[in-house]
Amino acid sequence: MKTVLAALLCGALFGAGLVVSDMINPARVLAFLDVAGAWDPSLALVMGGALLPAGLAWAWTRRLPEAACGGRFPAQPSAAIDLPLIAGAALFGIGWGLVGFCPGPAIAAIVSGSREAWIFAASMFAGIAVHGLTIGRSDRGDG
Amino acid sequence: MNELAWWWPLSGGLLIGLSAALYLLLTGRVAGISGIAAQAIGVAGRGGRSVALGFLAGLLGGSLLAIAYIRQPQLMIEAPIPLLVIGGLLVGFGTRLGAGCTSGHGVCGLSRLSRRSLIATCTFMAVAGLVVFLMRHAFSGGAA
Repeated sequence: MKTVLAALLCGALFGAGLVVSDMINPARVLAFLDVAGAWDPSLALVMGGALLPAGLAWAWTRRLPEAACGGRFPAQPSAAIDLPLIAGAALFGIGWGLVGFCPGPAIAAIVSGSREAWIFAASMFAGIAVHGLTIGRSDRGDG
Repeated sequence: MNELAWWWPLSGGLLIGLSAALYLLLTGRVAGISGIAAQAIGVAGRGGRSVALGFLAGLLGGSLLAIAYIRQPQLMIEAPIPLLVIGGLLVGFGTRLGAGCTSGHGVCGLSRLSRRSLIATCTFMAVAGLVVFLMRHAFSGGAA
């Protein structure tokens, strides 16, 4: 129960961050990816801003025995660069470049009532389900 | 699309980073939305469904509150329906195959110096950039 409440809080911060940063807006994201056009550096600032607290937290976990709600911290990620990683990242990149939505913003945008956001989000969950029910029997879990 | 002063993306990024930091320190989990979404619909194989659903519920609620009280984004989605469907399927399938997305690999992975996440992030950034270039400057005759 504590863990669910913690997740609720963290999710709320994440959603707020997506709105405040305008990452919820595909046009803003595409403008960052459009290096040859009217380039918008916002996504870089978002990443930079996010890496700071996240980095500090990871460093801090080395000094803690476990998470506050009792979970163990994730193991150090394996160094193996394999085909699923590259292929998956490439497929994700294609989808992301086509529309400008990645998973977080796609879900957040549902609250806007935009029909396009709903269609994308539904298709995204379908894609997740297809993977999960076919190839994805074991979960790597490294993010 | 309107100009956006630099403190908006920076502040939003800090909020996202804070979310990931707290999620890790409080629950020991990675704030990778692709993984959380998969857990929420029960296809991630390691349970955690109620926690994932809690995170997504919070995400929706936090977005709503931010829109109501902080700033109102002007969403501009130009893709036609077939591209929305194809793009969505690719994002969903690809993030799961590659075990992460911009939050999982880009924020969480990079912040713990994961080589896998660095490679993944460079890959999806480069590919997405190429797709945008082709769509806006190659296939469309230059009209941005």
